[in-house]
This record gives sequence, structure tokens and C-alpha cells, in this order.
Amino acid sequence: MDFNILIGGEAGQGLKTVDNIMGKILFRQGFNIFSSKDFMSRIRGGHNFMQLRISDQELYGPIEEIDLLVALNKETVDIHKDNLKDDGIVLIEGESNVLDKRTLLIPASVIAKDINPKGVNTVFVGAITKIMGLDLDIARDVINDYFDDDILEDNIQLLERGYKSVECVYDDLNANIETKDDELFIDGNSALGFGALTGGLRFYSAYPMSPSTGIMNFLAGKQEDYDLIVEQAEDELAAINMALGGSYSGVRSMTGTSGGGLALMNEAIGLAGLTETPVVIADVQRPGPATGLPTRTGQGDLLFAINSAQDDFPLMVIAPKDQEDLFYTGFRALNLADKYQIPIIILSDQFNADSSKNLKEFNFDELEIDRNLISEDDPDAKDYKRYKFTEDGISKRAYPGQLKGELVLVDSDEHDEYGHIVEDSETRIKMVNKRAKKIDKLIEEDLEEPEYFGDEDIDYLMLTWGSSYGPARDAFELLNNDDYKVGLLSFSDVWPLPKERLKEIASDDVKLVTVEQNSSGQFKSLIRSETLLDVQDSILKYDGRPFTGKEIYNRFLDEVIDNG
Amino acid sequence: MAKNTDFNITEETAWCPGCGNFPLRKALSSALKELDIDADQVAMFTGIGQAAKMPHYINLNGFNGLHGRSFPPAVGTKVGNHKLKVIVESGDGCTYGEGGNHILHNIRRNPDVTHLVHNNQIYGLTKGQASPTSEEYIQTGIQIKGTTAAPFHPVQFAVGMGASFVARSFVGDQDHLKDMIKKAMNHRGYALIDILQPCVSFNKINTYKWYSERVYKLDNSYDPENINEAFNKSREWGDNIPIGVIYKNEQKIFRDRLVTNDDQPLVEKDFDPQEAKKIMKEFK
Repeated sequence: MDFNILIGGEAGQGLKTVDNIMGKILFRQGFNIFSSKDFMSRIRGGHNFMQLRISDQELYGPIEEIDLLVALNKETVDIHKDNLKDDGIVLIEGESNVLDKRTLLIPASVIAKDINPKGVNTVFVGAITKIMGLDLDIARDVINDYFDDDILEDNIQLLERGYKSVECVYDDLNANIETKDDELFIDGNSALGFGALTGGLRFYSAYPMSPSTGIMNFLAGKQEDYDLIVEQAEDELAAINMALGGSYSGVRSMTGTSGGGLALMNEAIGLAGLTETPVVIADVQRPGPATGLPTRTGQGDLLFAINSAQDDFPLMVIAPKDQEDLFYTGFRALNLADKYQIPIIILSDQFNADSSKNLKEFNFDELEIDRNLISEDDPDAKDYKRYKFTEDGISKRAYPGQLKGELVLVDSDEHDEYGHIVEDSETRIKMVNKRAKKIDKLIEEDLEEPEYFGDEDIDYLMLTWGSSYGPARDAFELLNNDDYKVGLLSFSDVWPLPKERLKEIASDDVKLVTVEQNSSGQFKSLIRSETLLDVQDSILKYDGRPFTGKEIYNRFLDEVIDNG
Repeated sequence: MAKNTDFNITEETAWCPGCGNFPLRKALSSALKELDIDADQVAMFTGIGQAAKMPHYINLNGFNGLHGRSFPPAVGTKVGNHKLKVIVESGDGCTYGEGGNHILHNIRRNPDVTHLVHNNQIYGLTKGQASPTSEEYIQTGIQIKGTTAAPFHPVQFAVGMGASFVARSFVGDQDHLKDMIKKAMNHRGYALIDILQPCVSFNKINTYKWYSERVYKLDNSYDPENINEAFNKSREWGDNIPIGVIYKNEQKIFRDRLVTNDDQPLVEKDFDPQEAKKIMKEFK
């Protein structure tokens, strides 16, 4: 069973409410669910839509074909009618059929007018619940959790009236579905914020920028329950420099932005590198350059992120592949930033950030915070040197005031072991080498190889980084169902680039193909330059819309297989 | 108990002989020594420029960051450990030019920091270009017929913004400068001291003599808590330049407005990841 609902309308019509509530109802009902969003960068008008794909199998991304088209305005039908399946259904407010396909009409505004005119969207929720044969009690519970007391009763009534106003069409969708008590339904921005909070994040300073703001919203809402401060900075320069100050004072600090903000933060990423100040930067990508497509998705920041700031210094870039990976990466990045005293960029994107999916509850058993700070009884705690030369390049880190009578000096100029400004060539060379050694250790101890899906004997290897994994995973299943011998190698750690597994799989008989959302094949360039392997093809997309599995499948057949 | 090396000054500096930074540093060192604090509890945040090298030349914790960004890291440190005494220090170019947006918004935040600005009305480290506070008539290798913008008046700006503490001092008057620094350090909230400090290498107009002939100390008849009087006073510049506390107004500080602000510094608080586990309920 694979069923796709599309809910569309203008900005300001309360689409997000319908999507949030329906998502929870479907999740609690027990479906596997993948919810994705397509927004325009405006507050009113235009056309926005959300898709809720459900199945009894695990889902990795969206699909195009629509089973149930919920149109909050007529335009939604015009835009999406071509994707509506032959046996698909339109649910719309109005009085007459708008298509030659089955149309259910609902007098949502008339119903809402009696109860609460602002609640048209809840009438739709009730109607969808009935059409899909979902449990009205579950819907009531979700409404109960969602609305404040003063409008709760209205919304329950709106739900029930909507439910009664249509007939049930799909009476066996939940035939083989069981409630998933050990699962979560979570979006990417929340998952990343949640992971960082779990990792002992104390300070998040950021400037609002789509599509990264969800991280800040999530964390800001936790300030009353956790020892966490969220500060809205005056600009991205302040945002990252504040985070560096937080980190210098000894607390875990992070900032988040999108590509344009990352550009502004670049000098300070170098500052973090040179001063060896741990910091985590979330870059939730959108198409660029400049303002680009503010609310849409892309993977165009890869080479920019790994080449952040001038000259050489150790930096790590991680591109989590899905919502679960975002949680664990938020946690892990804070530990690694502390261990190696480096900046770490987490590359998410609008597709990862705004999509929600069901996944196993996060496992807290093995999550341990490791600050790697100097202890007071360490021999190096006397005559403290912030940049002491060591075997592995890592100097024990102290924060100001931690060691009685000792000082902590950090400097954006090249410096000596105490942090004092120097210009001599000998110290310069030793310091550059000291910093570089940290990356060698990171590669040896902490770099994670990509995850491989597929058989040993393959003709083609799809290479993904970050969120392309989901749709590529769907395409991988479709291609293998058709007996094409295709493997999938999904990278999360992208810089330094892990090479071992790729080198094991790559051979003259295997054609390498990257699948990525930028126009030049940045991952292809990276793999070529880092491994000297010949990546022959790339399936690229750069219109700001996420891939679907079917799309990658079709293009794989056309662009890769048919072209030999 | 402070160590006898606390706030000592170094032998070597990269400053020109006769630079106004020397007397400024001397006043700062004396002021800090006279306050009952240990050097390990004081952190100085600077940007880039000759003034910004201060934490290398005086014994305290230091974060010598990027040009224009002396202020933001100081705010971050105040979040992590509000018990540290924090000084933001840099020159007029770094503070009022490259970092202009940060002073504007930190006056609004009002964090508990002391802000020392070395104002020599010229760029020193880049060898003599106009700074935001340069007079229009100053001629340099770049501004060959004078500047193309009117000068920025930091004291007038800060009073106009209703900053919590605004003072001006002059390195030619050690006792006055030391007194201002102590007052600023003891003030709860943002405290700006715009410090007139000649650049002997590149500013041949605003010299020791030029400043000495013009500055005058505010006496007891002046009420720095009266905003209207302060605003008028802040506009005095040219032949008569007032030094002293121009405006003072205790108000809510940044920390008072934070959601988490109990007495224990964040840096001293332990955290167990298990405490976050309950958040999973929201996603059920």
C-alpha cells in the first residue's frame, strides 16, 4: 500500500495546520509516513502545498502520483490535476465537479461559519479522516493536543461536522496497520535541535534565515526547561562570533543559518579554526547564490562549506542523510568539535529540514557527553599554555577562570603556545602543522564511512550525500526490482572525505554516478579530486524541488543506463 | 587574593614610541589593580588594530578576535559565565566602523561589560587612513582632499541611544582615565568610555597638544543622570571637549532579560543527556 495525499492552497489558509494535524493522526493510526512541504517565500497568497505519503512499508521520500487531492482553492486542482491518479479523488469546497475525476464537495466555510469561521481547515481534517476510514477518536486526541483551551471545543465540533459531511471512500487502508508505540514522527530541524540539546548545548545564537529558523524555534521553546540560552543576533557575523565567545567561556555553543548566512560567517569559521575554538554551524541549504529560492531545497553549498574561509585549517563537514541522522549528528558534532577543537559544519537542506518522517525512538543509552577539557590536577594546568605543542596536535583546553591563577589567551593572529601574537617562521610552521595533525587523528578515530546498500556484484554505484539519500533509496529499490544491478553508497561525513569503502566497491566494472541537488555535480568533483576515481555521471537537479524516487529511477534509466 | 603578576604590563609591544596606547594601558593596569579582582576572573575581548593588541601586553584572559567583532564574543562569554568581569577594547576603526552594527545593538542589549575605545581619529595599523571619527578636513593618502563623510560622534550617539553609562576621557590625564575605568568596571551594565588617544605617527592634527588645549573636566555641578543635559553635553566638540561621565542610567541588563539567569554560571552546570529524553513525547 502506497497512498499519497496532497493538500494545497494559498499561504495564510492554514495549510500547515491541516498538514500538522493530519500527519499526527496518520502517524498515531500506525502508518509509515513521509511528509514534505513546498512553500513560497510569502505570507499570503501564492500556492503552497504539502504532501503526506503513507504506507505499510518504510518510506524514504515523496512521490508524484496523488491519491487524494485536498484543494483549499480551485488553483490547487489546476496545478496538480496531472499527477492525480485515474482513480484519485479531489476534496474541495464548492458546488460542482471540477474534473472528470471523482470529486467530493464539502461546504467547509458554511460549516465553519456556524461554529468558528477561522476553523475551515479543521473541517477539512474531519472530512479527510472520514474519507480515509481513519479513527475519529485518534483525530479527537490530536485536536486535543494541538489547540489551546479557548478554541478547543470549537475545533472538536468542526472536526466532527467535517467527519459527518462526507462518505468513507477507503475503508481498508489501515487493514494491516498497527500502532507504533516505539516510534517518533519528527521534522529535520527539530531533530537537529533536539540532538544538539541532548548533547549539552548551552548557547545558540543565530539570525533568522529560511529554512534554518526551525532549529532556533525548537531550541527557543526549550529555554524554560533546560539551561539553554537562545539569542537572536543582529546579523550572522554577530551570531557566529557570539557562539565563539560562548565556547571560549566553556559552554557548548552553536549557530545556524543558510548559504547566504554561511557566506557572512566565513571569516569567523577561520577564526574558530585558528583559535581552535569548538563551534557547530548548521547550514540548512537553499538554492543560491545570493537570495536564490529562499524557501526551497538544494545542495549547492558542499564545496563552499568545505572550502570555508581562507587558507588551510582543520574543519569537518557532515551532511546527515535523514531526520534520524540529523538527531545523532547534532549530538556527535558537539562532541567532535570539543575533542578536536575545530569548527564543524552540518549541511542540512530545506527538504531534510521541513520534511517529517516516522522513525525509531532515539536511543539515549550510548549518548555520552565528552567535553575534553583540562582537569584541575593535570600537570599542564600549571603555567597553562592554551596552544601547547603535543603529539596529536590537541592542546588541553581550559576556559577563563577554570584554573586558579592561570590565564587563557586566544588570538586570531598566528600565535605561540601561550596564545601571544608572533610572526616568526619557525612558530608559524609548527602551529600550522599542529592544527593539521588534528585532522589526521579525526580521520583515524572518528570519521564514519558511508553506508552501503546493495549486493556485492553490481554494475552501477549511486553515490549520494546528505538528503539525496531518501529519494535515491526509493530509486535503488525500484531499479533492483527491475533487476538492474545497482548499489547505493550514502555519505554523511563528507569532509574529510571517507574513502575506504568507496575504494573497496569501485572497480573498472562499476559505473559511478552521483545523485545531487546542484547544477555542476559538486560531489562528483569532490570524489574525483580526493580519490582520483572516475565518476562518469551525475543525476542533477537544481530547480529547488526535492527529488522523488521515481524521478531518479526514470532519469537513471534515460541518462545512465540507456547511454551505456 | 590577587597575584602580584595580575594585570602587569609587558616589556615589549608593537606600538610606536610615544603612542597614546602606553598611558592608556598604564591607567588600565592601575585601575584593575586597585579593584578587588583577580586577573583570572577578567577577560578582555578585542578586534584588530594596534589598540586591539592590548591583551598581549597586559596580564589577563584574552580573546583577540576579528576586525570589527570585538563585541559579539564578549556577549557569548557573558552568557556562559556571567561572573567573569568583561572588557571589550578596540580602536575607533574597529569599533565604530567595521563593528558599527554591534555597538548599536549591544547598547540595546546592555550586557554588563566595560567598553574601552581608543579613539585617535585615524587608522594606525593600516598606516594613516581616515577613521569614522576623523575630522572632515583631515588629509591622508586616500582622503587627498579631506574625508567624504562627516565624522561619527560616539558619545553623542551612545547618549542618543540611552546607553547605560557613557564617559569620555583622555590619556593625557592618567588619574581621570583610571577613575573612569574604575567607575565603568563598577557599573552594572554596558559602560562605554571613548578615550581620546593621540596617534603620534599618523595623526599630526589631533595631537596631545590639540587635545590638552581643548579638554575640560566635568565638575560636580553637572548631573549625568539628566538625559537632556547629557544630550546637550554630548554635542560639545571642537574648541571645548568635556571629559567625565556624560550620562548614566542604571537599567535592566542583558542577563536580567534572559530566560535562564540564576546565579550559577552555565559553565558550572552539569548536564546528562537523559534529561532530554522526555522531549520525545512531543513527537508522539
